[in-house]
This record gives sequence, C-alpha cells and structure tokens, in this order.
Amino acid sequence: MNLSMKWLADYVKADMPIKEYCSALTMSGSKVEGYETEGKEISNVIVGKILSVVPHENSDHLVVCQVDVGKDAPVQIVTGASNVNAGDIVPVAMDGSALPGGIKIKKGRLRGVESNGMLCSLGELGLNKHDFPYAIEDGIFIIQEDCEIGQDIQSAIGLNDTSVEFEITSNRPDCLSVIGLARETAATFNLPVSVPVPSFKGVDGDISSMLRVDIHNTEKCKRYCAGIVKNVKIEPSPRWMRERLRASGVRPINNFVDITNYVMLEYGQPMHAFDLRYVEGAHINVRNAVNGEKIVTLDGTERTLTDEMLVIADEKKPVAVAGVMGGEYSGIMDDTTTVVFESAYFEPTQVRRTAKKLGMRSDASARYEKGVDPLVSMTCLNRAFQLVEELGAGEVLRSVIDCNHSDYTPSAVEFSPQWINDFLGTDISEELMRDYLTRLDFTFDGGKVIAPSFRIDIECKADIAEEVARIYGYNNIPSTEFRGVAEAELTPEQKFTRSLQSTMAALGGYEIATFSFVSPRYFDKINLPAESALRRTVTITNPLGEDTSVMRTTTIPSMLEVLSFNYNNRNEKACLFEIGKEYIPVEGQELPDEPQRLTLGMYGGGVDFYDLKGIVEAALAEMGINGVEYVRADEGCPFDEKSCMHPGRSAVILKDGAPLGIMGEIHPDVQENYGIGTKVYIAKLNVPEMMSSAETEITYRPLPKFPATTRDLSLICDDSVPVAELEKAIKGSVGKILEKVTLFDVYKGKQIADGKKSVSYSLTMRSHDGTLTDEQTDNAVKKALKALSAIGAELRA
Amino acid sequence: MKEQLKKIEELAKAELAECTEIKALDDLRIKYLGKKGELTAILKQMGKLSAEERPVVGQLANKVRADIEEALSEKLTSLKASEQAARIAAESIDITLPGKAQTIGKLHPLSRVENEIRDIFMGMGFNIADGPEVDDDYHVFEALNLPPDHPARDTQDTFYINDKILLRTQTSSVQVHVMETQKPPIRIISPGRVYRSDAVDATHSPLFHQIEGLVVDKGIKMSDLKGTLEMLMKKLYGNECRLRFRPHHFPFTEPSCEVDIMCFNCGGKGCSMCKDEGFIELLGAGMVHPKVLEGCGIDSSVYSGFAFGLGLERMVMGRYSINDLRLLYENDVRFLEQF
Repeated sequence: MNLSMKWLADYVKADMPIKEYCSALTMSGSKVEGYETEGKEISNVIVGKILSVVPHENSDHLVVCQVDVGKDAPVQIVTGASNVNAGDIVPVAMDGSALPGGIKIKKGRLRGVESNGMLCSLGELGLNKHDFPYAIEDGIFIIQEDCEIGQDIQSAIGLNDTSVEFEITSNRPDCLSVIGLARETAATFNLPVSVPVPSFKGVDGDISSMLRVDIHNTEKCKRYCAGIVKNVKIEPSPRWMRERLRASGVRPINNFVDITNYVMLEYGQPMHAFDLRYVEGAHINVRNAVNGEKIVTLDGTERTLTDEMLVIADEKKPVAVAGVMGGEYSGIMDDTTTVVFESAYFEPTQVRRTAKKLGMRSDASARYEKGVDPLVSMTCLNRAFQLVEELGAGEVLRSVIDCNHSDYTPSAVEFSPQWINDFLGTDISEELMRDYLTRLDFTFDGGKVIAPSFRIDIECKADIAEEVARIYGYNNIPSTEFRGVAEAELTPEQKFTRSLQSTMAALGGYEIATFSFVSPRYFDKINLPAESALRRTVTITNPLGEDTSVMRTTTIPSMLEVLSFNYNNRNEKACLFEIGKEYIPVEGQELPDEPQRLTLGMYGGGVDFYDLKGIVEAALAEMGINGVEYVRADEGCPFDEKSCMHPGRSAVILKDGAPLGIMGEIHPDVQENYGIGTKVYIAKLNVPEMMSSAETEITYRPLPKFPATTRDLSLICDDSVPVAELEKAIKGSVGKILEKVTLFDVYKGKQIADGKKSVSYSLTMRSHDGTLTDEQTDNAVKKALKALSAIGAELRA
Repeated sequence: MKEQLKKIEELAKAELAECTEIKALDDLRIKYLGKKGELTAILKQMGKLSAEERPVVGQLANKVRADIEEALSEKLTSLKASEQAARIAAESIDITLPGKAQTIGKLHPLSRVENEIRDIFMGMGFNIADGPEVDDDYHVFEALNLPPDHPARDTQDTFYINDKILLRTQTSSVQVHVMETQKPPIRIISPGRVYRSDAVDATHSPLFHQIEGLVVDKGIKMSDLKGTLEMLMKKLYGNECRLRFRPHHFPFTEPSCEVDIMCFNCGGKGCSMCKDEGFIELLGAGMVHPKVLEGCGIDSSVYSGFAFGLGLERMVMGRYSINDLRLLYENDVRFLEQF
C-alpha cells in the first residue's frame, strides 16, 4: 500500500519529519518499506512565460525564446520544440538545474546562439500523459495550471507529494486504505483523526424503475448497494485526484474509473462502475456462475467460469466476476451516459478461491479476500456520489438500492488488564490500556472491549494484548528470564549424527549441503535400471523446474553433481561428505520415510579405492562399528546405486550380514555423464543402520603384562583369492593368542607365477598368562599354515 | 718406581690432551688403566718393593690411577659436549620451509552456526526436536491457525505433493508435532530444512534452513521471549548487539513480532547493507496463539508459551559476510575451505 502524505493530511495532521513518521508507524505495527518524495530529483526548474519566439539564424528547426522567469531580465533559451508560442507558460530548467535521471542543465551555445537553460517536456520532468492529459508528449509541456511566474515547478504542478510504502500484513486489510492508515497514525502519535460522513445532494427519481438487484446467494454476498448516475460526462479527473492516485501507485484513467479507485484507496472498500446500457433487462443478479459460462474481463482475457464462482450478471450474461474483476464489455467508455455504482460485501473465502482459480488477482480481490469493513458499503457509495457531484461528472439519483443480508455482530472480548500484564510481563495501568484501545477506536461495555467493525482480526484476549503492546511499544516490554529447571540432552540419534559429522571432518572431509529435490533425469545419469525402486519418488506437483521436481531417493547424484561442479571449476581435488536425508515413499504410508545418509565423495590427488576404504574403515571404527565385512556389489546387492559403480571396484559394506552401505569407484560411463575427467570414488552409508550396530560403551582393557611375539608369513596363492579369505583362515586357526594380523605386502610380477600373488602378513601373538615360548608360537603358525593350505595358500619358498 | 708412576701420569695426561674422539679415549683407558695397561704393569712389580716403600708407592699408584680416571672422565664429558654441539650445529634446518600437509576437514558454514546455536540453547535447557520435511497440510498450516483459504498462505508459496501432502514451508510444523506428543513444560528448538517456491538468486532459495523454538509452560510471558532472544543474540554476536522488536502478524502467534538486529555495518546509522534502516531483520516470533495450544490439546487458560523461527542462512551470511546465498549450496571447495 502506497500512502500519499497529502491525502493523509485530509484526516490527520501528521507534520513530523518523514523519517520520524515512518519509524513510529513501523514500530506500532504498520511496517514502512520506504518512502519517496516526488520531484526530489528536480532542482532549479521554475515556471516561465514565453515572451517571444524567433527563428534561429543558423538553423531551420531551432527557435530562440525570450522567457520571463520572474527575474529582472528575461532569459534567452534555444529550443527545438515546435509547440511553443508567445504567452505560453512552460517549465524552465535554469542554468545549473537538475532533472530526473541525474541530468544536469548548464548554459551554453546552440549553433552560435546563447541558451541559458532548457524548456522541459512532460517526459523530462518524469511525467506522462496520464498525469496531465491536456499536454502533448512530444513537445514542451504547456502548463495550464494556476501558478505564478518564477514559482518552483514542483509546487506549481503538484509534484511535491511524499508517498510512503507500507507492508500491510494479511490480518489488517483495513490498513489497505488511507483512512485505515490515518487511524493508525492518529493512534500512534495520539493525534485526533476526523473522517467526515460523506453526503451528496442528488436528483429526484426512482431507482426501482431503472434497475433491479437480486442476490441469489446471500451466504457469499451479504450486502449489495447500488446507485445510478445519469447524464454522465466522461473526462479526465481533476489534477488533485490524479496526483493522489499517482502517489498511491494507481494510473488515472477517467473520472468514473478514478472515482472507484479513489474510494477504494480511501476506505479500503472496492467499488465497481458499469454502463447501464449493457446491463440487459436492467436487472442485476448476484448468482453463482454456470459451469462453462464465459466472460471477457477488463484485462481482455476470456475466462471460463465454474459453478462455485460468484458473478454479477444481468438477465443473460455475467458482467463481472464478483469481487475480482469487471467484464470488458460493460466497462465505462467515452460514450457512456448512465453509470451504475456497486459497493458490496463479498465473503472473503469466496473471492479468494475464485481469484486463485482464475489466476487473476486485483486490487479489489486483494481487499475482499482478507475481509473489508462489513458496515461500510453504503458509506462508500455515498462517498462516490459525493465525488461525482464535486467533479461535476453527472447527476446522482437520490434513491439507491441496498440489499442487506449482513449478520454482522461486533466482536466483544473480555477485558482484563491483569491478564494482559501477566501475559506481556508488563505493568501498564488500566487507564493507559483504556487510552490505547480508545485511540484504536475500541469501545468498552462492562467487562468487555468491543472491536470496531473494520477490525476483522480481533477474536480473543491475546489480540487485545497485542493492541495494548504495540501502542505501548514492544521495545518498552522488559526482558526477563523464564523460570523453571529443564534438563537438556541430545537424543542418541542426535549424538550419533553430531559425532559422525566431526569424525568425517577429522578424516579430512569437507562437509557439503545440497538440495533435497533433484531432477528425475539424475536417475539416468547414474545408469539406474528402469525398474529400480529408487525411481519411485515423492514428486512435487508444482516444482520450479524439472531440476528440482522430485525428492531424492538416493544422495549419490547430489554428491556427483557437486564433484562435477568442483571439477569444472578446476579444483584439483575434493574430498567431500554430506549427512542428509533421502525421501523414500512407503506403501501404505501417507508420508515418506526420511532416513539419514552419510555420503562420501572424492577425486584427485591420486586417490584410489583404498583411500576411500581407508576413510570408511576409520569412520566405522571411530563410530564403534567393528567386525565389518566388504563383499562385491553383485547380483544380490541391496543398493541399486551399484549401477553407477565399477563392477570390479565396488563393495557392499556388511555388518553381521546386514547391509550398512555401498562404496566404490564410479563407473567410467557415469564419470563421463558427469563430465569428470578423473576417477571418482563414492560411498553411501545408512546412518540408522550404522547407529544400531555401533557399540557405544567403552570398557578399558588392561595393558599387557607380557611381551608379544611377531611372526611374518609370506604366502603364495591364486590371484583370485580375496585377502579377506586368508585373513579369515588365520584368525580362525591361531586361537586366542592371536592379537593382530597385519597385511603388509601384496606382490605380483617377477618371481611369482602368472595368476598367482604373494601376500605377506605379520602375526602378533601374545598370552596374558606369560611370555610365549618358541614352541607355542611355532605351533600357532603351523595351525595357520594348515588352514591357509586348505584354501590354496602356501608359504612362499 | 715413583718416577715411573709420575711419568705415566704425565704421558697419559699429554695423550689425553691430544685426544679428540670418544673412541680414542677408550683406547687410552685400556692403554693406561687396563689389565694389561701400563699402570697395572707397574703395580705388578710392587712385590719387589720393601715393606716401607709399598704403602707409599701403593698410595701414589692409587692417586695416579684416580687422577687419570678423573682426567679421562672430564675429557669424556667435554668431548661429548662438543660432539653434541657439532651434531646440533650440523642438524640445523630451514624452519621456514612449509610443514608437511595434513588434511583436516571442514564443517559446512550452515552446520557451524547451527551447532553453535544448538549449543547455546542446550545450555538454556532446550531439547532438540526433529520433524518430517514432507508433512501434511494439517501440521504445516491448519493446526497453526492457517485454515484452508487463509490469505496468509500466500506469503509462503508451497510445494505440493498432493492435496494433503506438501513440503513444509516452516519449521513451525514441529511445534505441532511436539505439542501433540509432549506435555508442558516444553522447551525445544528444531533446526531443519524448509521449502518455498522461490527461484534461486543471491538472497532466495527454494530450500533453506530455519531454527524453530518453542516454550510452553505456566506463566510464560512475552518478556520471557524477549529475554531469551536477547540472550541468544548476545551469545552469538557479543554483548554490544542490540535488538529491536517490531509488531508483525503470524497466524500462529499473538502478539506476533519481527526481531531486527542493529546493523553490523553501520551501527544503526543506516547504510546500503541495511537499506538505510539501521536494522536488519533477523527472525519472527510471538506468543503461541491460544487456538494453536487448544488444537494440540493444551489448555490455554492454564498454559502459555512463546515461539520463534529464525532463518539460518541469514545468520550465516551475516556472520561470515557472505553476499550470495547460492555459494552455500554450490559447495565449491575454495569456498568450503574458508570455514
């Protein structure tokens, strides 16, 4: 809502500095977004009178003017305009003046003739034809206003209003009006406000012989007031009205349209005017539309209506969508002779639904859908008539139609100063509270406080507390610490996640944050099989675009996108992690599951599969997850994302046979899909499963009393035997004296037969009962070798 | 023999003086004091001496041995010291060469600030509640006093999954989940992702983070809300920071307010960063609307409460002077490594 300060002055005398005004209104609840003073970019432009116009001696299209600017001597100005004549009143930009757009005017010579300024057009003053309909756009602005020679142009043509932009919250539609803001201004500064009751003279005549109104749906249209203006004269409205509309951000059109807009801006009550000629049967019906019924609205668009919409119709067709927009056909034209004014109360939800469904928001619907003052319909009709008479725009019929089905009862709320103080934590006297509320047009009746009709938002005690608080000043409410002891503790899930986050950072990962919604095309990008369950997504019906249209069922594409972004930004390496959710639809469940996933991704710096595995192993160990197995991601793999991984370089991570996650090198095809020119490694781990397999209790084990014995074994076996098998054989055979098995070398090549590999282990053995003898260790090694031999691994010769 | 002894001592001392290596010292020790050493050889001849001479010479011999030993030991100490000094001198390195690179990861700036805020609230006795991001209309709107067709729904352009299910536009939905399952006293915060249909630009994102707070108990007052938020901001931004509470409207709180912080850049005078206002909008808050309490089965004549929701991105951007929100979700490592 843009408020003209000149207009505001009709109702309340708010003459404090504008900054102070804006700040005080903001603090009492009407947030000011900014303000703008018209013509503030203009300086030293004054009213002048052309004394003479003579041709320029060196030019065909220039003329030399002598201009009286109220100084001792006239000023000589050269202009290229052809519409100036002696006697014309014009805006003169003097030497050293400024115009909108940062333009500076200096004296100079034009083709050898001195010119001491410039005559201005509308455009050069930042105006257009709507502001001064009598002026031409491609020539000098010939002023027809009542002004004095030498007067500043701003005051001469009324270009000196200040417009304040308010952000009005949806609960205060009353403030979408000059009078509403005048009331807030008065309450804020404790000033008197005067809103005169509009009245008009009118002419005799019986409206019922000219127009009939029937409301067919009194639930949705509670009141419909209509009146008629005869013998209308359609013309531009006067300057003061145009100025106020302009300052309010509304384009002046003609006197009747301007009057409807003016009343709406003044009272917050939308008005509608239509040409009686086009109301067939002179019969207005407020009714539900018929399915498929069509209307071309004022914006020139054809709309198809449905039966839950309300229309203003004549006997044959709709002439307006109730509370939203008028029809083009019945609008005011230059040859209109009889105008019908409508001032009605439409039910907010009705208007909102209709406007939303038609995708058509208007200034009218914006007010109706929030709720207009239920008692103001007739007042506004009278105000419109008052303006018609003031403008001499036609003859107002004194009799009017008022179909009133209003069931309005004022909102009455218990008034308890003690409760308000307890609720706010204040100590405001009852007298002061009564004063604040009275300023806001509340009244008192016994133990109740009664809201004025325009305050449709007042329902309960807390609402009254807010009214008191905002006039008292939120910043005057003390700051207190609330009482009571509370124990705060992270849940096990929160603890686990937080610890996982710091573990991943300790392992060198940079944490990332990615969007939860992705493109469905990402599934193809990771080569996900067409039948994969991961393609069943929670899908947004109204996404911003395809790229953000489905909730991710796998976090891997998000990580790949970020790795690709970094690669394309020439970052040599990246080691990233994200702890974030997947959104998995579940059969028979309204809402999806939202499990947490740890995603790890890296490329560059010479990393390989075992760097990734090293981080995964360290993270699992740190989180208390021991005894993890790594198996190839083959047929039975529970993670469909295996499709994006190199089949020979990917693994499923198992704990006691249950899958914890998947990891591996990204398949070359997928790597290419993401345009990454180097090998990429990704792991995804399921956080809930990690957490349930984690041992969080730590028990101290006594330090060993006896020394350990170490034996190295170099083995030869088939290349195809996974080392995990060898390790399993050793662990299974040596017995409890085995403390640690460390793999320290895997070798293929010279001295090793084709298809074989050499694997070297270091076995650490220790007993808690005494130092191990050579015999004991030899025996242990023999057992290990026997078990190894059984799976085809022999001691290297 | 006395002369012999004296001579041995002199010779030994002379040789010692020449000696420059610890290894040579051992040779000297053997040469003079060893079993086959010169002193031993002389002592072996002691038997030939008379009974009167023996103790005298014996005494002298012991003294010579002790002197040589002491000289050896002194020499050893001094040689060790100079050898150590030489080694240390030789081991001098260019300490201005860079250290060996270690990899330490980083937390995302959103996590850093979120963790900090979590810790502050934990310290004030707030538990942390989680709630679903894909939620139903009831929890996100209706239970928060935003019935269907409420005009305030316009301010939160919503992503819908279907007529009933949507992506939450505010963490306030967690208030409802918490009040449905817990009885007062309630004291929680709930950080999380929220979604609004805003195209991506320097200050907007269709996905962002909020931290919701909710306190419900007997006798909770609006002044408690102010005190709590002031404490949070002082802990985050230091004791000098100043807050401004401004009336506003949220359907689920009454009274409602917006809270601004005095501009970090200009200290309240007005500058381009605060759009000449002197203050920067931080968060929305208010006293929990009685309808919301009642809807969750909490008797509003017995209990009252306050709630607030702050935008994490805004706090992070203010904290680190980040001028473009997109940086937070692009995850360029050159950005991430700065935190």
